[in-house]
Amino acid sequence: MSDAAATSQSTPRDALLVASDGVPLKVKLAKTTAAARRRAFLLTLPLVLFVLISFVFPIGEMLVRSFHNPVGGNVVPAFAESIAKWDGKGLPSEEVFEVFVKDLARARKVRDVGKTVGNLATRVNYEIPGSRSLITKSARKVGKIKNPPYKDALLAIDKRWSNPHVWLVLQRATTDYTLSFYLAALDRRYDKTNNIVQADELYRIYIPILLKTLWLSALITFLCFMLAYPVAYLLSTLPLRTSNLLMILVLLPFWTSLLVRTTAWIAMLQTQGVLNDVFVSLRLIGNEDRIQLIYNQTGTIIAMVHILLPFMILPLYSVMKTIPPSYMRAARSMGASQTYAFIRIYFPQTLPGIAAGTLLVFILAIGYYITPALVGGNDGLLISNLIADHIKSTLNWSLGAALGSILLVIVLMLYWLYNRLVGIDNLKFG
Amino acid sequence: MKFTKSLAITALGLGTALAATATTATVANAKACGKAGELTIVSWGGAYTKSQVEAYHKPFLKDCAGAKIKSQDYSGGIAEIKAQVEGKKVSWDIVDVELSDAIRACDEGLLETIDHAKLPKGDNGAVATDDFLKGTLYDCAVANIVWSTIFAYDTTKIKGDVPKTMADFFDLKKWPGKRGMRKGAKVNLEFALMADGVAAKDVYKALETKAGLDRAFKKLDTIKSSVVWWTAGAQPPQLLADGEVLMTTAYNGRIFNAVAGEGKPFAIVWDGQIWDLDLWVIPKGGPNKDLAMDFLKYSTGTKPLAAQASYISYGPARKSSSSLVGKYHNKDIDMGPQMPTAPNNLKNAVQSNFSFWADNADQLKERFNAWLAKG
Repeated sequence: MSDAAATSQSTPRDALLVASDGVPLKVKLAKTTAAARRRAFLLTLPLVLFVLISFVFPIGEMLVRSFHNPVGGNVVPAFAESIAKWDGKGLPSEEVFEVFVKDLARARKVRDVGKTVGNLATRVNYEIPGSRSLITKSARKVGKIKNPPYKDALLAIDKRWSNPHVWLVLQRATTDYTLSFYLAALDRRYDKTNNIVQADELYRIYIPILLKTLWLSALITFLCFMLAYPVAYLLSTLPLRTSNLLMILVLLPFWTSLLVRTTAWIAMLQTQGVLNDVFVSLRLIGNEDRIQLIYNQTGTIIAMVHILLPFMILPLYSVMKTIPPSYMRAARSMGASQTYAFIRIYFPQTLPGIAAGTLLVFILAIGYYITPALVGGNDGLLISNLIADHIKSTLNWSLGAALGSILLVIVLMLYWLYNRLVGIDNLKFG
Repeated sequence: MKFTKSLAITALGLGTALAATATTATVANAKACGKAGELTIVSWGGAYTKSQVEAYHKPFLKDCAGAKIKSQDYSGGIAEIKAQVEGKKVSWDIVDVELSDAIRACDEGLLETIDHAKLPKGDNGAVATDDFLKGTLYDCAVANIVWSTIFAYDTTKIKGDVPKTMADFFDLKKWPGKRGMRKGAKVNLEFALMADGVAAKDVYKALETKAGLDRAFKKLDTIKSSVVWWTAGAQPPQLLADGEVLMTTAYNGRIFNAVAGEGKPFAIVWDGQIWDLDLWVIPKGGPNKDLAMDFLKYSTGTKPLAAQASYISYGPARKSSSSLVGKYHNKDIDMGPQMPTAPNNLKNAVQSNFSFWADNADQLKERFNAWLAKG
């Protein structure tokens, strides 16, 4: 009896856990859900691949370019190996000179992209302006040097080779990894003894522009908020039919091409443009002193506030829409003044929308390119315009990448700070 | 409205270029080229591209059955060439570039090398290496024209006491008003030094020194607040026509065409002109490399170069073409005196120094941008 009781006690437990084929139920369940999860993952695979190929890899490659520049090593590999051992004092030894002369003479005949003497010259020229011709000119002549002493022969081609600074830069330019581009992006450089110093004041541009970008983005975000809050409130309180109509007015510019909108601002704001004409005809200003509203900082701010406004209105609107009007009425009925009820009851409830809107506008503004490029003129340019310039015109891709990386780090840091202050869970985009 | 107008002009230029390309060759006379194919020819747009379409593209298509030409505009620089060659997807077959860019792109291995011995002889029988002007043939580039940056003004706005020298361009007291200048350090530093009294031949010697650079920027400081910066060659004639500026630096051909083609009342001041070359280059590894080379040889022949000079006032790079330069294509204007290379125009002139700019362009760009951003 006791045995039977024991089996009857244990059997239901086993029967509960084992499926008909003897596999424990838990394992079986895990298997089926895993299969379902795999299928679900397969559905997202196209997106994952797309993001990887079109976003993660290119950005990763860009980040790597900012400190990995193997040009020097590609052009004169033997010299790169030999100069790496040099202690950086005085001039390198005769052997290093010999390797350099022979390697340069060989490289002179190479016509492969990225492996020509011109590539090395460009790289060195970044650090010693004017040294491009030193290298290309010497490369044309070193083929004639057949006998030692190589050092004297090279100095005879150009006496700048006797400058230890040139060799320090060559040593740095022939290593694959370098901080030079980050230094340049921070208005700093190596001096003649390899110490990091600030660039000459006349050439400092990146930090001032970066600070200006941050400041202008903050200002634009603030202006967007001030303009968007009342509009969003109005939209959320009006009857549906009117608010839908107004919503279309908000969204209409959103659907219009960015270029068209920016160009429209040019027509509006230029010195012979609509706004100035109105001012003149109203005799607010004389015809001779029309106001410069575009091709400067003012133009950038005006056009960018307009273009980014919907990104602020929409999250605000979607949050305000969910706030029941009865809360405000309840507060009023309990004796709160209009202002007090707004500050204590309404405003706190809109915070998630404000948080989302400001984050969205600020991050969009900080990397904005096309509008400042078109209407920024001289003092309204942002850091992205300088990055574009290095990618498109000076072809210093590594410096462009370094600037881009710095911008990325700043955005991530701000995002982290924002998360600490507001909490990303509290964001509400709509 | 200035912006939209200049856009329209560019579009118009492109339109004519495209319209021209649509007329494919019907005359089956395939002697100018070995192979058929579609060439993408990239140049500076506007009146300049138009002159090339008339003088190079159309005759080439006539002589080369099966070839097609797609004309594309760009605004200079070698970024696109570099991206295409490094990415091994070359879609530009032949590109019209400035000398410093040609040298740099060639140094970096982005261009096909060109065998000078295979260039056609001049019409007078001279071999190409003798026929081309000195300093117009390079390992990877063949010059087609000599052009110049000058300054110009509107004769209806400035009468009587007209500006005559580069110093006058910087004189805001005598001629108060806005000035148009190309956005960038190149040519402006040279202009500033010449206006400040440096002799044309000493300009680059001075720019090699820190004192010379400071002097140039200091001179630019004096007119900075009155400058409207332009970036594309079609802009300055438009700025002048709209009255946005009183005087502007410009490419001489653009001003000439505004005067001859559109009857604009502009005058060119040749004092202190900075002349430079435009050259054909062939990006490395393009699919139509042979056809591009055929086009290059054809278009830099004696006749096409001379023909181009009847559409725009840029000087041909071949000596044998000079004697063939006649009148403007539809007006009774002698083109000879309009060329940057005409003796009268060369009295006080500088040749743009490509090695100085190859060495210093990057650094001076930073300094110029920093200077500009200071407001």
